[in-house]
Amino acid sequence: MNLILALIKRDLTLTLRQGGGAGTALGFFLCVVVLLPIGIGPDQALLARIAPGALWISLLLSVLLSADRIYQQDYEDGSLDVMTMGPVPFEIVALAKSVAHWLSTSLPLAIAAPILGFLVNLEPAAILPLAIAMVVGSIALSLIASIGAAVTVGLRRGGLLVSILVLPLYVPVLIFGLSASQPNAAPGLTAASLLILVAIALAGLVVSPLASAAALRSYLK
Amino acid sequence: MQFLANPTRFLRIANAVLPYVWAITVALFAVGLYGALVTAPPDYQQGETVRIMYVHVPAAWMALFVYTVMALASAVAAIFRHPLADVAAKTAAPIGAVFCFLSLATGSLWGKPMWGAWWVWDARLTSMFVLMLLYIGYMAIWAAIEEPHRAAMVARVVALVGFINIPIVKFSVDWWNSLHQPASVFRMGGPTIAGPMLWPLLVMGLAYALLFLALHLTAMRAEIAARKIRQIQIAEIGDR
Amino acid sequence: MELNAQGLTCERGGRIVFRDLSLSLRPGRLMQLTGPNGSGKSSLLRLIAGLNESQTGSVTLAGGSEDLTLGQQAHYVAHQEPVKGALSVFENLAFWRDFFGGGDVDEALEAFDLSRLSAYPAGLLSAGQKRRLALARLVLVPRVLWLLDEPTVGLDTSSLARLVTVMAKQLDQGGMIIAATHVPLGREPDVRLDLGAAA
Repeated sequence: MNLILALIKRDLTLTLRQGGGAGTALGFFLCVVVLLPIGIGPDQALLARIAPGALWISLLLSVLLSADRIYQQDYEDGSLDVMTMGPVPFEIVALAKSVAHWLSTSLPLAIAAPILGFLVNLEPAAILPLAIAMVVGSIALSLIASIGAAVTVGLRRGGLLVSILVLPLYVPVLIFGLSASQPNAAPGLTAASLLILVAIALAGLVVSPLASAAALRSYLK
Repeated sequence: MQFLANPTRFLRIANAVLPYVWAITVALFAVGLYGALVTAPPDYQQGETVRIMYVHVPAAWMALFVYTVMALASAVAAIFRHPLADVAAKTAAPIGAVFCFLSLATGSLWGKPMWGAWWVWDARLTSMFVLMLLYIGYMAIWAAIEEPHRAAMVARVVALVGFINIPIVKFSVDWWNSLHQPASVFRMGGPTIAGPMLWPLLVMGLAYALLFLALHLTAMRAEIAARKIRQIQIAEIGDR
Repeated sequence: MELNAQGLTCERGGRIVFRDLSLSLRPGRLMQLTGPNGSGKSSLLRLIAGLNESQTGSVTLAGGSEDLTLGQQAHYVAHQEPVKGALSVFENLAFWRDFFGGGDVDEALEAFDLSRLSAYPAGLLSAGQKRRLALARLVLVPRVLWLLDEPTVGLDTSSLARLVTVMAKQLDQGGMIIAATHVPLGREPDVRLDLGAAA
């Protein structure tokens, strides 16, 4: 447990000091959100209708593009080599690093996104359900991003590839996330969607460390 | 599996059965297409356009089936370390992607007369579209990693994670579709489909499956040869 | 206790780097690996550390822990330094202490004359200082087997002397060291393995 906390603390410290964590991701998030009204016109009613979807898609892209931070540097400077020789299975290391990514990037974005919703005329009633859905969904987003980052860690031009690999995996999170974010939906529907989001996150907790560790090991060889 | 793991033995068997597989494939296509284009009646609602179904539906079946083959081969490769299983998974992907593309393209052609649009975000089309992306990602991983051994190991992870994803996507897209559209514009009757329409469809399905077998065996044979050439080249270049 | 490797094969990009390689090492012994570039020195060390796998043969530590893998009983110091520039020298080692579960950071810093630099960001260190920080991990957590890949690169005379002292202590305490280097290590190796000759 100490080890996991130490890993999370280290990754959080590094993200904070080096920048490029939540700050940069938030900047990117804002860029996408601003491009949307420019792309489709300033019609307030139309914007309000697409606001939750626009915010979700911006969240997906921001999390995706920050994913390479999870393993890239530790792969290059040999830290990952040493981490395979620690007292715990390598899967635990992968899990701890995904949690650190969630805490440093996805969670702040998930909290900030609904607040920034006023930029796309998000109706006030939608803020709370959107925030809850995004916080839950962002767990799955970080875990899936970890797989994408691990699978492309040794590739010099992994950026586009990671998008192709990860975005299909994001489809269910997007669908249930949006479904849980509708303010006017029947309460049962919101609850059911949220529960499915939780289920996806739990499945991710099992699959992501296994898949990430396996992919990382093949690059260390 | 153990028996086929030896590439030499595999090549011998593949070479022996391939002519027969091709012959049966051609025969099944002949019967299936005759049934589909000549004997099957036009649909009372859709008219002659329903005949696209005989090309479209088996392609969609095969797109899913081939991904399953790929995932199974990847699992075998991961657990038993059979190099031939990696070859099987790698060579299945482009064939599956073509089936997937075929089902999307024919679906789109079918959509124009049925829905009045080339593309509709119907639940089935959307899941097939995501499946296509999974195929592209898997092939991209093989293309991006130079070292074959490493590429194989990473590709296994990609195939297996993608496989877990497929039912979740299917489920989510159905959910999404039911939220956004009152009812599907067009539903194929499934088991209620009439006999004269059903048998050509099943024969076409079988023909597609054998076509896959023939193409897959050929592609595996080519991949094994490519690997041998690489080995010979490395040996010829030598150390110095 | 004895380290035994039997019939190892190393293949890289379809080329056989070495095949049927065997070695054994007893406590208190230093093994020096030599051989030209590409003869598989680094690969052999990574193989023993459990980072690579051999298609044939096995590596075992007779008399070692039953619950731990060989990698979990070894230290591996590679070419690259797992040193984070954004953390201080102390924080770098403190992380590895927490990761490996125990150890005295100050003592490890002292062993490589880094105490003075403890509070500075590791990003400011020179190449030699970074190297020493990477080596300090050896002192931080005791492990029975050390795998050192060109440990002397970038070290000046006095730092080299410190490394020699640390290595002597490890050997005296019954540890084992395998070092891949062409530089004299300040003491006569007990075993020499020339990978160029073996291939």
